[in-house]
Parts: sequence; C-alpha cells; structure tokens
Amino acid sequence: MKIQGSVFKYPDNVDTDVIIPARYLNTAKAEELALHCMEDIDKDFVKKVQPQDVMVAGWNFGCGSSREHAPLVIKTCKTGCVIAKSFARIFYRNAINIGLPILECPDAAEEIQAGDRVSVDFDTGVITDETTGKTYKAEPFPPFIQNIIKAGGLLASLKKE
Amino acid sequence: MGMTMTQKILASHASLPSVSAGQLISAKLDMVLGNDITTPVAINEFKKAGFSDVFDKDKISIVLDHFVPNKDIKAAEQSKQCRQFACEHCISHFFDVGKMGIEHALLPEQGIVCAGDCIIGADSHTCTYGALGAFSTGVGSTDMAAGLATGTAWFKVPSAIKFELSGKLPENCSGKDVILTIIGMIGVDGALYKSMEFCGEGVSSLSMDDRLCICNMAIEAGAKNGIFPVDKTTLKYLKGRCVREPRIFEADKDAEYEKTVKIDLSQIKPTVSCPHLPENTKPASELSDIKIDQVVIGSCTNGRMEDMEAAYKTLKGKKIADGIRCIIIPATMQIYRECVEKGYVTAFIDAGAVVSTPTCGPCLGGYMGILAEGERCVATTNRNFVGRMGHVKSEVYLASPQTAAASALTGYITTPGRK
Repeated sequence: MKIQGSVFKYPDNVDTDVIIPARYLNTAKAEELALHCMEDIDKDFVKKVQPQDVMVAGWNFGCGSSREHAPLVIKTCKTGCVIAKSFARIFYRNAINIGLPILECPDAAEEIQAGDRVSVDFDTGVITDETTGKTYKAEPFPPFIQNIIKAGGLLASLKKE
Repeated sequence: MGMTMTQKILASHASLPSVSAGQLISAKLDMVLGNDITTPVAINEFKKAGFSDVFDKDKISIVLDHFVPNKDIKAAEQSKQCRQFACEHCISHFFDVGKMGIEHALLPEQGIVCAGDCIIGADSHTCTYGALGAFSTGVGSTDMAAGLATGTAWFKVPSAIKFELSGKLPENCSGKDVILTIIGMIGVDGALYKSMEFCGEGVSSLSMDDRLCICNMAIEAGAKNGIFPVDKTTLKYLKGRCVREPRIFEADKDAEYEKTVKIDLSQIKPTVSCPHLPENTKPASELSDIKIDQVVIGSCTNGRMEDMEAAYKTLKGKKIADGIRCIIIPATMQIYRECVEKGYVTAFIDAGAVVSTPTCGPCLGGYMGILAEGERCVATTNRNFVGRMGHVKSEVYLASPQTAAASALTGYITTPGRK
C-alpha cells in the first residue's frame, strides 16, 4: 500500500492531551471527536488536512494518556500516516490495534519539513520526500505486528484465530 | 541469562520457562480494567467484533471515576453504557457512585490486585500496581476489548532500568518527590518501552502509599511498568485485603539491566515539575516567586490516606491565602470517610478548602477545578501538558501534597517545612 500527501510537522513529546483534549472525552463518537484533533497546538490542522496527508513529529509522539481516542481522531481525519522519531508505547500499541499506519524513522522525522509532499510505501517502509527528492527507510514491523495490521486490527486478527 | 522481576512474571503468565527482552508473547491476565472514558470505546469494539461473552466476570474491573458524579449529559450516557455492560455480564468488580474511587487507589485498597499478578488497564496509570509486586500496564480500549473477550494480551517483553534506592527520605518529602526527581533525571521518554525496577535497602523505608505514587508515574517517564520487590510492607498491606495468595517473584542475580541509577533518598528535595512537561523539574525552593491561583490535592497519584494526612498536618488551624482556591479530593469513599471521621474534612473546610467526593475531574481538565487563561495551579496530579487542566494558556505545577498544601497557605510555590 502506498500513500502520498502533504506534511504537518510537530515537535517532540506531542501528548495525547493536545491530540484530543480530555474536555471532549464525554463522547466516544469518532466523527465528533475528530473536529478537535490537535486543536490545542494547531487550530488549523482540522481545517487544512486532506486525505492521505502525513504527520511528521519528533521523539515520544503520543505520550501521556492511554486514550485510544488519540490515534482514532488522527485516523478519522483521514491522515495517511504518522512518521516520528519515536512513539510513546501505549500510542504505538493503540495505533497498530486500530489500524492507523505509523512509522519510526528518526532521519525522516528530522529532515522532512512542513508542507513537503511525501509518499510512503508501507510494504517496503520507504519514505520519499518528493519536494527534496530524498528517500528514507523506516524500521519494518515484526511479523507478529504485520499480521495484526494485515488482518485489519487486533480484534479482527483475534476473530481470525 | 537471568530474568528481571517483570520478565519472571511475564514468563509465568505466558507459561514459558524463560523470556528475554524483545520477545513477543501472549500472556494470561489476572485483571482487565477500564473506566468511564475508555470502557465505552472497548464495549463498542467488543460488540463490533462479534464477541458475546467475557472471559471471566471476576477478573474484570469497571470503575466510573473520570467524570462522575456525571458532569454532563454526554458523560451520563457513557456511565450508563458501562453500567449496562457490567450488569449484562455480571461483572463482580463494578464500582458506581457511592462505591467508586479513583481506580488506581481503589483496586489496591479493595484487595482486587495482588502481588505476582499480570494486569492490563485501559488507563495509562495502571502501572500503579507494580508497587504491590505485580506486572501492570496501561493499554488502549481495543486491548481492553481483546482482554475482556480472551483474558490474554500480547506483550513485547521489556528490558529494564534498575533504580537502586538507599537511605531514607527527609520528613518534608514523599514518594512524589522521588518520582519527580527521577523523571527530571531521565526525561519523559527516559524509560520508553522499558520496566523501571526499584530495589535496594532504601525500599524498606518507603510506605505503600509512597510506592504506589512512584509506580503510578512510571508512565510519565515513558515506561511500560514500574515495579517494587515484595517485602514485609507489601505483605502487611495485602493481608486482610486480598483473598488471593500473593505470588512472589524476584529478579535473578544475573538479570540484565540497560543501566543502573542510584538514588540516595536522603538527598531528595521537595521537587516541582514546571509547565509543560513532567521532566521540567526544579527544587520547590527555586520557585518561591511563582504566584498561584489554585491548589489541587488528590488524583490517582496523591489522593491516598497519607496524602490527606500530609495536607491535614499542614492546613489544620491555618487559613488558605486570600484568592487561592484549594480543592481536596480523597481518592476513594473509604479514604473520604476516614477523612470525615478523623476530623480532616472539618479542618480542610475551616482552612478555606473545598472537599470533593472521589473524581479524576480536575487532573485531566474534565471538571471540578478548570483553569482560566493565565491561571496557575499547584497540583499533586501527574501531568502538566498544555491545556491539561483547562485553558491552553493556563499552567500546572506538579508537586507533592506537602508542597501543594504549603503553597495553598502562602499563594506562592512554597517549600514545605521540616516538622
């Protein structure tokens, strides 16, 4: 699978409270929640994001709360993928479990700039910055996790068993 | 090669003779936990996937604690959904208003979690129960749904950092100052994907409430779990609460650690995390010019009896400074009741504080103490991210109950005195 989109760039330690503030967590409806995605650090994100656009961030993306609402709102905004130097562990699990594509790639996360056009090939882990022409190789997922992703998430993979 | 304490618990629950860091395993769960925010998402996923039965009604806890008593209509609907699911599946450990407490104070108090357990909870602070010598970690709602259905979870076996504790804390410090100091040292991703294993002769001087507070904030260093060895304090705490026999696991002598951090407890100072990351720590003494608007004493980090005692000792017979709102939240109904019986609640009210029934409310900016633009709060909670307690331009300073109570009296961040 391949995607191509424009980059929204964020710093280190983007926490789940800014991805989706807890004041909105009185509902579990993804469409309603998604209206507030990133609003405390980037009010324009929801207005500007187009299908397959890519979030690029620093270390420890998704730190803080275990709220699955965080990867869920990013996915619901039709974001194609999140590339970060590293992910907080619960966010990492949640993203895999709900089928939000994420890639760990410190070099790409460092060099790719906001607004760049980027394409990502999930089968090979190759990230291409179309604006600069530079390519990067992300760490592939272990086979166990690839199977969860291929099945369409954790529960779908359990049902298969 | 030897195993860490965490690895031994995981090996036992995966029915494997040994495991090593990086290995992917499926482990049997002793407890699956959710709250009023995360359980509705889990229920939806559980149903969507076509599951009809839970794996074991006695190994599931559902605690309504974040937005209860219901803060608005939507929150009421989420509570109702949890209540109906709990009723439908005869969940033994379902805690509604009147019985509830903040989950991570409530489960240990009620003896629902035990040494040697393997626990997941759809709440990041589930790592708290490591204080009892359990492997316990926070997950999302889909993991909770899978746990509800199958009683198992997948884990990547973590490597570990060893924290060797020596000495004894000064009287004006508590477990909170220890964990804030550690997070200041290693950073908010300093233990990412790893276990934080606490050991050394200093452990015996730490109370169970101190240990619960320290493990509670392991997630704030990015850790998968925090864990203490089982000792006399643990066994005394479990006795009479937990009907199950504690299972004691010890790290092997040749267990491998990524590094060892030595902490002399006697050198710990009252510590404050400044906005907007828990790693931005400073000694409270360097922040005496920070003027505040609100103090919150409570949460899964610091709403236990010793925290209430610390607040009481500081506030009794005194007056909270003019212009300061002080909100005190005992973490469970049992703690609340004990605060009433011991006269703490009267002393808090006489000092000018308000006392709320248990709720996570203000910690995550839900309700019961939201901050306006430009306001500052000293809180015994666990996160000080942008907008965490209200307006994006408000500020949260994380501190111990001693420091928070001392600050309430002056209106500025204040170093608690030695008795």
